[in-house]
Amino acid sequence: MRTVFSILAVAMFAVIFAGIVGDYGERESVSELARQYLTLVPGDLGAANVVTGILITYRGFDTLGEVAVLFMVAASVGLLLSGGEGETHTADADKPRRPSELVENGTVVILPLIFLFGGYVIMNGHLSAGGGFQGGAVVASGTMLLMLALPATRLNHGFLSVTESLAGVVYVSIGILGLVFAAGFLDSHILPLGDFGTLISAGAIPVISALLGIKVGAELSVIIDRFRS
Amino acid sequence: MGLPISTILLTTGFLLMLIGIWGILRHRNLLRIIIGFGLLDTGIHIVMVATGYIAGGTAPIIDKALGIDEATTRAVDPIPSALVVTAIVIGFSVTAVMLAYAIRIHDAHKTLSIDVLTESKW
Repeated sequence: MRTVFSILAVAMFAVIFAGIVGDYGERESVSELARQYLTLVPGDLGAANVVTGILITYRGFDTLGEVAVLFMVAASVGLLLSGGEGETHTADADKPRRPSELVENGTVVILPLIFLFGGYVIMNGHLSAGGGFQGGAVVASGTMLLMLALPATRLNHGFLSVTESLAGVVYVSIGILGLVFAAGFLDSHILPLGDFGTLISAGAIPVISALLGIKVGAELSVIIDRFRS
Repeated sequence: MGLPISTILLTTGFLLMLIGIWGILRHRNLLRIIIGFGLLDTGIHIVMVATGYIAGGTAPIIDKALGIDEATTRAVDPIPSALVVTAIVIGFSVTAVMLAYAIRIHDAHKTLSIDVLTESKW
């Protein structure tokens, strides 16, 4: 009986989706709003990557909200997983198996490269594909590899939370500076635009991007570490 | 030639969503349900990005291959891409909270099957 209902539900969704795909015609030109963004981001903000320009400046307040969501998730995961009665059920009790030689040595070679690549992605967000969120996720994946390969590693939660809070405070302060010296909250015109396409350009976008990267990387690392206990 | 790119992307995304819905409906193990949710999530992201595709468009990044003056005619719509970044972050957050609850349920009931959660049945 349950199978019949499940098949029915999935089939009905399939019919709706097939209708959408059948009626969809590929678009020939962008919308008026997208046209504005595509001219304003390179022209007015001086950022080569239009998506980063939208995310960090035009929708900057939204991005701040996203970071707040991540922060709340880190806090609630910590709350949910901390008060466990007696941490004896973990694998520590019956001697965890060590990762293989290959994994341990491979980590030593690859890990610095992963962190370096994360930093590169964070700092080049305004020039090519990337940005704070993406680079932060790359850094956190490096942390995950570190935990899988060297399970004895302990993250310094105090250091991570101080770094993360500092990045958040500076982020909001830059937003308020935008309110005072430029057109509005998180406006990136508080710094000179510089030469288009160079690393130091596009006003405050690289600074905000770096802060976002630090914040997201630290938050995701803390979330991953919480699941280990 | 053949199929337009956005049709291929939309079909892939919707298929992933169907697999995810099927997984959520049919499986009794919490972790498998969460994996189904992840598939549903990814399918929605692919569909959202697909709606921003312009015929023959390229990534909205201004460089040697795409000059400023031809950006409005040759680049894809950047707005769905910017929105999907938000969606990915929220999807990650929801998955993390779901996994945390799954761990708590496993602590309390010693199993991951949703059949033991009788107190929330009506």
